[in-house]
Amino acid sequence: MSAAPSRARLSGDTHPLTYRIQPDLQPLDIKAYEAQDGYAALKKAIKQLQPGDVTKLVKDANLRGRGGAGFPAGVKWSLVPMGADAPKNKYLVCNADEMEPGTFKDRLLMESVPHQLIEAMIVAAYAIQARRGYIFLRGEYIVAAKNLNRAIDQAKAAGYLGEKVCGGDWGFELFVHTGAGRYICGEETALITSLEGKRANPRAKPPFPQIAGLWGKPTVVNNVETLSNVPHIVLRGAAWFQGLSQGKSKDAGTKIYGVSGRVKTPGCWELPMGTSAREILEVHGGGMQDGLQLKCWLPGGASTDFLMPEHLDLAMDFDTIAKARSRMGTGLLTVVDHKQNIVSVVRNLEDFFARESCGWCTPCRDGLPWTHKLLQALERGQGQNGDLEALEQMTRFLGPGKTFCAHAPGAMEPLQSALKFFRGEFEAGIVKPATQVAA
Amino acid sequence: MATIHVDGKQYEVDGGDNLLHACLSLGLDVPYFCWHPELGSVGACRQCAVKQYKDANDTQGRLVMSCMTPSADGTFISIADAEAKEFRASVVEWLMVNHPHDCPVCEEGGHCHLQDMTVMTGHASRRYRFTKRTHKNQELGPFIAHEMNRCISCYRCVRYYKDYAGGPDLGVFGAHDNVYFGRAEDGVLESEFSGNLVEVCPTGVFTDKTHGERYNRKWDMQFAPSICQNCAVGCNTSPGERYGELRRIENRYNGSVNHYFLCDRGRFGYGFVNAKDRPRRPWALRDGKAITVEIGEALAQAANLIKAAERNGKKVVGIGSPRASLEANFALRALVGAENFYDGHSSAERALVARSLQILRDGPVSSATLRGIESADAAFVLGEDVTNTAPRVALALRQVARGKAVALAAQKHIAEWQAAAVADIGQHDKHPVFIAAVDVTRIDDIAAATYRNAPENLARLGFAVAHEIDANSATVDGLDKATTALAKTIAAALLAADKPLIVSGTGAGLESILSAAANIAWALHAKGKKVEIVLAVPEANSLGMAMLQGGDIGRALDQLAQGSAEIAIVLENDLYRRADATSVDAALKTAKLVVIDHQDQPTAAKAAVGFSAATFAEGDGTMVNFEGRAQRYFQVYDPAYYDAGSGVREAWLWLSDLRAQARSSEIDWHHFDDVTAAIEQAFPALTGVVAAAPGAKFRMKGLKVAREPHRYSGRTAMRANISVHEPRASQDADTALSFSMEGHNGIQAGERPASLVPFAWAPGWNSPQSWNKFQDEVGGHNSGGDAGVRLLDPAANTAPATYFSPAPKAFAAQSGLWRVVAMNHIFGSEELSARAKPIIERAPIAYAALNPADAAALGIHEGGHIEVTLGGVKARLPLQYRAELAAGTVGLPIGLAGLPFAVAGASIALAKAPTA
Repeated sequence: MSAAPSRARLSGDTHPLTYRIQPDLQPLDIKAYEAQDGYAALKKAIKQLQPGDVTKLVKDANLRGRGGAGFPAGVKWSLVPMGADAPKNKYLVCNADEMEPGTFKDRLLMESVPHQLIEAMIVAAYAIQARRGYIFLRGEYIVAAKNLNRAIDQAKAAGYLGEKVCGGDWGFELFVHTGAGRYICGEETALITSLEGKRANPRAKPPFPQIAGLWGKPTVVNNVETLSNVPHIVLRGAAWFQGLSQGKSKDAGTKIYGVSGRVKTPGCWELPMGTSAREILEVHGGGMQDGLQLKCWLPGGASTDFLMPEHLDLAMDFDTIAKARSRMGTGLLTVVDHKQNIVSVVRNLEDFFARESCGWCTPCRDGLPWTHKLLQALERGQGQNGDLEALEQMTRFLGPGKTFCAHAPGAMEPLQSALKFFRGEFEAGIVKPATQVAA
Repeated sequence: MATIHVDGKQYEVDGGDNLLHACLSLGLDVPYFCWHPELGSVGACRQCAVKQYKDANDTQGRLVMSCMTPSADGTFISIADAEAKEFRASVVEWLMVNHPHDCPVCEEGGHCHLQDMTVMTGHASRRYRFTKRTHKNQELGPFIAHEMNRCISCYRCVRYYKDYAGGPDLGVFGAHDNVYFGRAEDGVLESEFSGNLVEVCPTGVFTDKTHGERYNRKWDMQFAPSICQNCAVGCNTSPGERYGELRRIENRYNGSVNHYFLCDRGRFGYGFVNAKDRPRRPWALRDGKAITVEIGEALAQAANLIKAAERNGKKVVGIGSPRASLEANFALRALVGAENFYDGHSSAERALVARSLQILRDGPVSSATLRGIESADAAFVLGEDVTNTAPRVALALRQVARGKAVALAAQKHIAEWQAAAVADIGQHDKHPVFIAAVDVTRIDDIAAATYRNAPENLARLGFAVAHEIDANSATVDGLDKATTALAKTIAAALLAADKPLIVSGTGAGLESILSAAANIAWALHAKGKKVEIVLAVPEANSLGMAMLQGGDIGRALDQLAQGSAEIAIVLENDLYRRADATSVDAALKTAKLVVIDHQDQPTAAKAAVGFSAATFAEGDGTMVNFEGRAQRYFQVYDPAYYDAGSGVREAWLWLSDLRAQARSSEIDWHHFDDVTAAIEQAFPALTGVVAAAPGAKFRMKGLKVAREPHRYSGRTAMRANISVHEPRASQDADTALSFSMEGHNGIQAGERPASLVPFAWAPGWNSPQSWNKFQDEVGGHNSGGDAGVRLLDPAANTAPATYFSPAPKAFAAQSGLWRVVAMNHIFGSEELSARAKPIIERAPIAYAALNPADAAALGIHEGGHIEVTLGGVKARLPLQYRAELAAGTVGLPIGLAGLPFAVAGASIALAKAPTA
């Protein structure tokens, strides 16, 4: 992974999430973090703002969820019961189970600026008056776990965490919980269920976690990148955040974009929201490796629809990519080059999705392995007439609303778009009858 | 109420339910798997998809899972929509991806919900051509067979077993398409309610092992509406027979009693019916040996004995039985006369049952129905180990605790059917259940607090709780601080509840425990609470026995021993279970014994004349359950059809014939209905026995009700080994049921009284799920009313109850003597089920239990043996440590094979047994 080469030039005004990252990517300790406005937002929130003011700021800033769904964080928070009648125990959970294939942005933030996430969580917890928080961390993120735990200890010692945050009368505890390696734990309700020590099956909504989440209590689950924006919004204001996208998108803020696949310089970079996919791929990713042409690309993870080279000039934001019938997802591009067979690419993805199904609902549990086996047959040239129709039926019936959660619909996105754009490659996998019986 | 629109038709429904529940209640067929009326909705299987429209003008619509969608007013849906149908067929196709094609050899075949749903959705041909995943099966004990390859991952088994029944040892393992439902390792399923898995499972993963050993398809069995004989709860059952053998017992829905679930004793304890050593002909002693005799000869011999005794001015005593029907007991009473009719319980149990009846009949508080228990929001279990004495009550009590989650969810406007959300909100919160018992119980895990002590001290806690609630009730002197504090806690929790429940019973063997339970219930009643009471009594017809007002068995035995009585007629009873061997031997030394029973047991072995009685499978009868509900069971099959020489007859018939011969009178009871009518005439308190089920003249559309499914096959051939001529089907003059597939088998709502439904079947619904077609609404009451008639009506008691007093003195350990406390066992303590092979496998061997300190004082360690002397009989018993037993008490498994007759409350000496 390469971080931006000239990070030293970055400013908090334009690159709030990453400007503090050191060239060697080593984590900032609390002293170094405090020296660069660290915990200033927290002090401001506790001393100058009411919880509701913080939520309003985040709402006004139009901070949309960076986990992939783009739901406005401030709106999410405002659904949490507040006031004297609200349940005493409320929870803030950070979704740091970054398992979306091709996505590695949260890792950078947690490994290199762990205090930023911790400060963000304390401020967010203050806004919803949560008393306890969890960082649900992908189990393989060992460095992040180490850095976060060390940072939490430092924050505790500094009085930012504990019974009296910054000496006030509100207390907040924060824990790192490492997952055991299930993709489904990235789904917020499955994450909650897993955090309770149960099988990581998703929950039906309603009730939404803001009403009945962890341990049945009001809970907000936000992505690492989403939360990491919060201190900056508190410090610099909603208008500043709105302006970060520089008119490239009606969405606000910066976004950590990235690219993987056979490009010259894969990596991730903090750029204005709405930066074009072409700029991400060609300027920051260095373009395709020599001799390779771009065949198609996934805008933000394995569970987004393929887009074609002609879509490269689209602004990478939630609504623009949705209009092109895909999703921005996590915003980290995966590119497919012209030497790759699309059936193999999709087969590989569906293998992953089938394995990661939690096994709760029928279409996902039994439909995904079948999908995978059909693709495998097509890949080996053992497909049969009707296989494509079966796959197409799968894309309809494993779609949104038909399955229990978004896992299978996500799995169908690359398949349905691959079938749309590259049908010929699938048809090529069907066995031709050896002899034609004369009519 | 809400108006919903289904495929263009308008229906009025209860808007609080989900759409699946509403549609099924309307009689519309929507396929489903993971949903169950008792388990609620979780949206896992996706089978119940329907198309929902925003309004009347929306033609697009979207698929929704009907189980997860409220039946809100103004809902527009289509079941018949093409996309919905295609999707539902797809769901079955996915489920069939791994499901084996083993229907022809699968025990579920023919009453399989998966088969029914597959046919309903129209999925008929397979496109999947790849390999299927396979699993290893587990050995789960004598009740349940496990075949995981058939699993469709509906998650019902764990939701029932873990969430509903509190079983700790069945789990979900694995993920994606490799989900495994089983134990962590092979082993006996621990829950006492594991048998319900065979009905909860929609296919053949969990099947009835006892059925598998002597298997027949459901459609080839003959059924009758029946009542479980193995405890006083009176669960409704559907026993199936073929070739003169019971093949299995399934649950029979009763909306007030057991609804969908039975206990394992009731389901798997039927082996005594098929016992090879059962007397099937009358017998008589000739030169000290029992030989079979003709029916007429047996009757003549017995009649002569009676006549001779009466000529000599000697009494003929009749000893009834709490495991025999009201009709059989009443027929005995009619033969010997009211003054010579004795209660079949032991003296001690008779007193306890009488006290229970008094509390239920004369007090102001109603007995709870089994279903009613579940709606309580606080419970106090005083002195009774219900899991082992009235097992199904324990399952109901678990629902009391679980009700808290429902209440918490309701505060967040989450409906009860949203099962997963309710559980997530409830987490570990429970409605308070307090348990006071002599030892640990199997439902302690739901208890807000437990209390262990000797029975007297349990009663004292009970009296103290009552006194806390109403100062007018008896006081308790000298209670220690901790117990007083607990009494206050319990009283406060019961008073804080909307519907508190008091559970007690005869199991601890102490009248004052029952009195204490009554005082608490009456005190709550005095405070205006909607309180109900549950009193577990020992046997299936204990309450009915008490209502017939027989005398104390001790007096009967005394009279026989003294010679003032010369003949004892013993009905379906083993006297050695009712009194100590010395007294029974003394009584039978000179007296002549006539026994009517269906089991070869120690008393029957001594009979001068014996009559081979029908079990519940071969006869009709009425029993009164613990709530005072009179319930009718019907003959399942006619043994004479397979064995023309069968001498198996209903006890009331034997006794009626014997009365006619002994009195040289005309037979006055020609049919079963004559007996029930006579009972009501003699005992106005038993009015309702006639109405417990329709009489023999009842017809539906001019037809009797068929005991056999309409597909019943092989009738012409089944006796071919005996004779190639097919005899006329057996005739049933006593009931409105026919021994045939001919007769009424329709399911039209309200047409068929619930008490006359022999088995669950409806067009397109062959599995137990078809019970949903026999209800006023799914999971509610039976169409036309739940079966049975409640005989006790406390609401009619206007006078305020007088509290029982005084409270008993505290138990004090006596040096050298141990107080016997009863250890009850679901498997083994009950006489009839203890004769069934799978139950024997699960029953403990007789033992004596002491706390380790008391054992050490005797110089015995665990694994060592204790010598006890009970009623003059010595027994050598292995010691079991029970840390919670009070000092100075010894736990004995009363009723278990290998233990001589023992009475709870007796003081006995113990000694270290010499090494064998």
